[in-house]
Amino acid sequence: MADRERITIAVLGLGGQGGGVLADWIVQLGKRGGHATQGTSVPGVAQRTGATIYYIEMIPAGGAAPPVLALTPVPGDVDIVLASELMEAGRAILRGFVTKRTELIGSTHRVYAIAEKSAMGDGRASAERIVAAAGERSKRFIGFDMDAVAERTGSVISSVLFGALAGSGALPFPRIAFEDAIRAGGKAVEANLRGFAAGFDAAQGKPEPQDEDVRTIIPTTDAGRALAARIEADLPCEARLLALEGVRRLMDYQDAAYARLYLDRLDSLGSNAELIAEAARHLALWMSYEDTIRVADLKVRASRFARVRGEVRAKDDQIVQLTEYMHPRLEEVCETLPAGIGGRLLASKRWSDRLAPLFARGRHVETTSLRWFLALSLLAGWRRWRRGTLRYQVEQARIEDWLSLIRASDTDAAIELVRCQRLIKGYGETFERGLGNYARIVERYRAGGLDAAGLRRLREAALADEEGAALGAALAS
Amino acid sequence: MAERSFKAEVEQLRLGDGGAFHGEGILAVTKALLQAGVAYVGGYQGSPISHLMDVFADASELMGELGVHFESSASEATAAAMLAASVNYPLRGAVAWKSVVGTNVASDALSNVASGGVTGGALIILGEDYGEGSSIMQERTHAFAMKSQMWLLDPRPSLPVIVDMVERGFELSEASNTPVMLELRVRACHVTGSFVARDNRRPALTVAEAAEAPVRDPDRIVLPPANFLHEIEKIEQRWPAAIRFVQEHGLNEHFGPEADEIGIIVQGGLFNSLNRALELLDLSDAYGNAAIPIHVLNVTYPLIPDEIRDFCAGKRAVLVIEEGQPEFIEHELNTLVRRAGLATRIVGKEILPRAGEYGGAVIRDGVAQFLRAHAPERAPAEAPVAASPALLPSAVPQRPAGFCTGCPERPIFSAMKLVQKELGAFHVSADIGCHLFSILPPFHIGNTTMGYGLGTAGASAFRPRDRRAIAIMGDGGFWHNGLTSGIGNAVFNQDDNLTIIVDNGYSAATGGQDILSSRARPPGRKTNNPIEKAVRGIGIGWARTMTRTYDVAGMRDAIRAALTSEEKGPKVLVAQSECQLNRQRRLKPQVAKAMKAGERVVRERFGVDPDTCTGDHSCIRLSGCPSLTIRPNPDPLRQDPIAHVENSCVGCGVCGEVSHAAVLCPSFYKARIIANPDRRDRFRQRLRGWAIGTFQRRAARAIAARSF
Repeated sequence: MADRERITIAVLGLGGQGGGVLADWIVQLGKRGGHATQGTSVPGVAQRTGATIYYIEMIPAGGAAPPVLALTPVPGDVDIVLASELMEAGRAILRGFVTKRTELIGSTHRVYAIAEKSAMGDGRASAERIVAAAGERSKRFIGFDMDAVAERTGSVISSVLFGALAGSGALPFPRIAFEDAIRAGGKAVEANLRGFAAGFDAAQGKPEPQDEDVRTIIPTTDAGRALAARIEADLPCEARLLALEGVRRLMDYQDAAYARLYLDRLDSLGSNAELIAEAARHLALWMSYEDTIRVADLKVRASRFARVRGEVRAKDDQIVQLTEYMHPRLEEVCETLPAGIGGRLLASKRWSDRLAPLFARGRHVETTSLRWFLALSLLAGWRRWRRGTLRYQVEQARIEDWLSLIRASDTDAAIELVRCQRLIKGYGETFERGLGNYARIVERYRAGGLDAAGLRRLREAALADEEGAALGAALAS
Repeated sequence: MAERSFKAEVEQLRLGDGGAFHGEGILAVTKALLQAGVAYVGGYQGSPISHLMDVFADASELMGELGVHFESSASEATAAAMLAASVNYPLRGAVAWKSVVGTNVASDALSNVASGGVTGGALIILGEDYGEGSSIMQERTHAFAMKSQMWLLDPRPSLPVIVDMVERGFELSEASNTPVMLELRVRACHVTGSFVARDNRRPALTVAEAAEAPVRDPDRIVLPPANFLHEIEKIEQRWPAAIRFVQEHGLNEHFGPEADEIGIIVQGGLFNSLNRALELLDLSDAYGNAAIPIHVLNVTYPLIPDEIRDFCAGKRAVLVIEEGQPEFIEHELNTLVRRAGLATRIVGKEILPRAGEYGGAVIRDGVAQFLRAHAPERAPAEAPVAASPALLPSAVPQRPAGFCTGCPERPIFSAMKLVQKELGAFHVSADIGCHLFSILPPFHIGNTTMGYGLGTAGASAFRPRDRRAIAIMGDGGFWHNGLTSGIGNAVFNQDDNLTIIVDNGYSAATGGQDILSSRARPPGRKTNNPIEKAVRGIGIGWARTMTRTYDVAGMRDAIRAALTSEEKGPKVLVAQSECQLNRQRRLKPQVAKAMKAGERVVRERFGVDPDTCTGDHSCIRLSGCPSLTIRPNPDPLRQDPIAHVENSCVGCGVCGEVSHAAVLCPSFYKARIIANPDRRDRFRQRLRGWAIGTFQRRAARAIAARSF
C-alpha cells in the first residue's frame, strides 16, 4: 500500500452539474494514457438536484492479471477529490475522503441548499469554515470560483474543474492528453476547451482578471453635501457610513427634507455609537418602507431596464419585454390615497366590499408597453404627495412609537429593539405577518420583565417559522 | 423517447467475434443477451436497469434482424408473466427490473413460473437498489430466490464475468428447469469496463415460430395435483441439477492460497470491495493476489455443499461477508458446516454491521477484527484514534432531491400548500415517482407512500365525514396498476377522496420512457390514450383535467373545488404539463436551429428586482426551484440575502404565478427576449423606445436633482 501505482479519484457534485461528463473525460484520459481505468456512479433520484458521487480508479495497464478496482471510495484512500461546489468539498471532508494524501480541487462558489434558501432570514452555511477545513485537512487545496470562470469563458464548471485537475499536475498526463479527452467527447468542444484553459491557469496560480469594487459615497448635490457635513459633525464614527447610505436612500426615496428628518430622529437617540449605527441602518429601512409609489418608481427607471437586459443576457439586437407580477390589494390602493379618503374607504364595509373584488386578482403589468409604463410613471410621480397618503401617516406613527420606546429603554434593550425592524419586510401578507410578529414582541416588552437577551430570543424565534409556532412558544415560556 | 439517447451503445450491440465492447455493466448485459441467443426480452424501467430497457428500445432495428422480440412491459408482473413463453418452448427469455420493489410486484408470476419450471432458459435481471443512493426500502432479493427456489447469481463486478454469467445463467436455467436471477448492484450496473465480444446469435427458435407450433403440458400448470408434483421436482430434480451444473462449470471462484487456517467467503458482487479492504491491510494487491483464501460466490443461491465443505475443511474460522439482512448465507453456511461434521467457526454479522451497505471501509474494519480474534499474528496494528473531525455534520447542509428547474409538478404542490393554508391540513397519500419529492422541503406534503401506483389505494381506508383525503398518483404508476388498484377500487367502494394524477407525458422518474398517455408517437407503440378518458371509462363521475399546471391559481381553485364539492364519490384531477427535463431535451435543438437560421425566437425567463426584494424568501418556500436561489443583498443597509433567479431559468412562470396566487411581492418580473425580431417587432420597439426613453431621461434628471 505504501508505494502504489493506483490512483483514486472521487468527483462530488450536484445532479445536473455535468459530473458525469467530467467522470467520462477522466476515464477516457486514463485509458488513453495507458492506464486501466474504471468509473462508477450512482444515478437515480440523486440526479434530480441531490448530491452525487462519481468514483474513478486507474492503474498502469499491462499488469500480470486484470486489476481488481473498487467501486466505492474508501475514506483515507482517495488521492484526488474534485468538488464542483464548496459544500460538496465540505461533504467530501465530512465523509473522510480528504486526508493528507488528498489533492482537493474544488470550486468555492455556492449553490445554496433548500434549507439555506428557504430560511426566513439568513440561513446560509458558513463558507469560511469549509475553506479553512479544506486547507487544513488536504495535502493541497486548489480552490477558486469556478462558476465565475465558467461564466466568464462561456463554459461549464466541469470543464473548468477538468482544467484545474490538469493544472494541478496531480495526474501523470500532459495537458494535451486532457484536451484530447475533451475533443474525443465531441460535444461543445470549443467552449469546453476555453473553460479548461481558464481552469488550468487558475490552478497554476495565474491571476484572474478582477474588477475592483470600491464603494465610496460622494455627494453630488448641495443638499447632499450639507447632509454629509452634518453626519460628519454629529454622528459617531461607526454610524457614519450607514448614515450616509441612509441619507442617500431617503433622498432617492423622497427628498432632502425627509433625509433631514432621518438625521433629526437619529440625533434624538442619544450618543451610544453602537445604538446609533444600528439605528442608522434600521431607521433608514423603515423610513423607506415599500409602498406602491416606491415600487412603481423603481420599476420604471432606465437604470432598471438596463440592469434587466444584462441579467437576462439579451444581445443588442434583441428586444426585451418586461411583465411584472403585481398584486395590489384594496389595502395598498387605499394607503396610497390621501389619508382622509383612504382611511374612510378602508373603514367603510360597504365601500370595501364593493371595491375589494376589483383588486382581488394579480395584475400582469407589462412595464415595457406604453400604457403600463405611463401608468406606473404617474404612480411614481405621486411621490410628491406621499406625505399626504394614509400609508405615510401610519408608518410615521409606527416609527415614532418605536423610537420613543427605544429612547425609554436601556442601551442593550434599545439596540435589540432597533434590530426588531428586521422582522418587518415584504408586501401583502408577508408584511402583515412580519408586522404582527414585531407587534407581539413589542407588546410583550412593554408588559415588562424582558431584557435584551429575551428580545433577541424572541426575534430569532419569529424568524424560525412562517406559522409563528416558535414565536408563540417563546412568548408563552 | 428516453432521457438519454443510446445510439452509440446500439452500434456496439452489433459487434462480432473479437470486437472490444466498452461501456457500463448494464449495457454489457444487453450485448450478452444477444450473444446468448435470447428470443424475447421484457421488463419495467427503473434505476439502475433503465439503460437496459432504453438501449433495447433504441435497438428495434437490430432486434428485428435477429428475430428477437422486445417490449416495455406494463409492469414487472407483466414482464415476469412473459417468462411463460419459456415454459413449454426452448425459448431463451430475459426480463429486467429494479429490485426489490419490482420483484415484489412480479412475485405472483415469479412463483408460478418457478413452480412449474421452464424448458427454455429464463433469466431475471435485477438491479439491486441497495445502499448509498438507493431510493427504496432496504430489503434483499435473496429471500425471493429462497422462497420460490430460483437460483441467484451475484457476479463479481467485472464485465467479462458479468457477460459470462448471463450465458451461464441461461444454461443453468435450462439444466435445472428453473428461472435464474442475475443480481447487479447499483454501481455494478454503472461500472465502466470492457470485454471481448462474440457474434450475436439468432435464437434457435423465435417466438413467432413457437406460436405457430403450440405445445401443451398440463403438468407445468400450477393446479392440483401438478402443484404438489412441482414441489417434489424442485427438491429431487431441479435443485440437485443446479448444484451439479454450478459445480461442474466452476461458477464460483477461488482467490488466494489453497491452504490456510482461516478463509473468507464473499458474495461475488462484493469481491472488489473485499480485495480493496485486504489491500489496505497489506493482505492483497491490485490484482487480487490475496494472502488469505477467498471463496467467491458468484452463485449465492443455492450454496454448493461440497464446495463449502472443501473450503472450510482444515480452517479454524471463516469470515462470511454478506451484505443486507437477514444473513441467509451465514445461516446456511452454519448448517452446511455442521452437516459436514466440521468444527470451523463461521463468523459474519457478529463482527460486521447487521445493516447497511458494505463498502471498503466497513469490510476493512471487519476483516481486521476477524484477524484479531482468529489470526492475531496477521492482524494489523490497532488503528490510531481518529483525529477530531474537521467539520461537524451541521456545517454542511443536506441536499435532499427536489423537483428540477421548471418541473410541472412543482406548481401542483405550491397550489396544495395554498389550499392547506386556507382549509387546513389534509391527509395526503403519496405515490412513487418524482412527485414524491413533495414530502421533502420546501413542500412537506405527503403522509405515506405504499408503492408504485398505490397512492389512491393508500387513501382508501379514509372515510371522510367533512374532510376528504388526497391521493397523489403519477401517470407511470397510474398505467402500472393505479387505474385498477386505485381508481377502480375507489369507484367500486364509493370512496369520497380526491386523486390528483400527475400527467407529465413520461415515466419521468425512471428516465423519461413513453407510456400509454404519452404525447409522443413512437413507432410500434400506441400512445395518446388520455387518462381522463380511462378514469371515466372505469366509472369516475367527477373528473377534470388541468392542461397547464403552471397556472397556480387555477390549480388551487380546482383542488379546492374537488375538496369542497357537494358531490360524493371519488374525484380525479388530472394535472397535465410536460416533464420539463424531457421538454427541454426536445426543444433545445429546435430553438438552437431556429436561432441559427435567423428565425424569430422568443425566450422567456424570470428575474427578481434586487431593490424591491426584501429577503423574506416566501417565494422559495412555495417553490424550491433550483434556479430560484439567493444571493448576498446588494443593498448596503439590508442584511438578509435576496431571492435571485439564475440563468438556468426556463421561464415556466411558477415564480410569478405563485407570487400572484399567494399575494407575495412585486419583485418578480418576466422577461420576454425576442431574438431575430421581425419588422413589426422592430417598429413597435422603436416607437416604445422613443416614448419611454424620453420619459425615462426626464425622470433620471429629476432623480439626479434630488439625489445625494
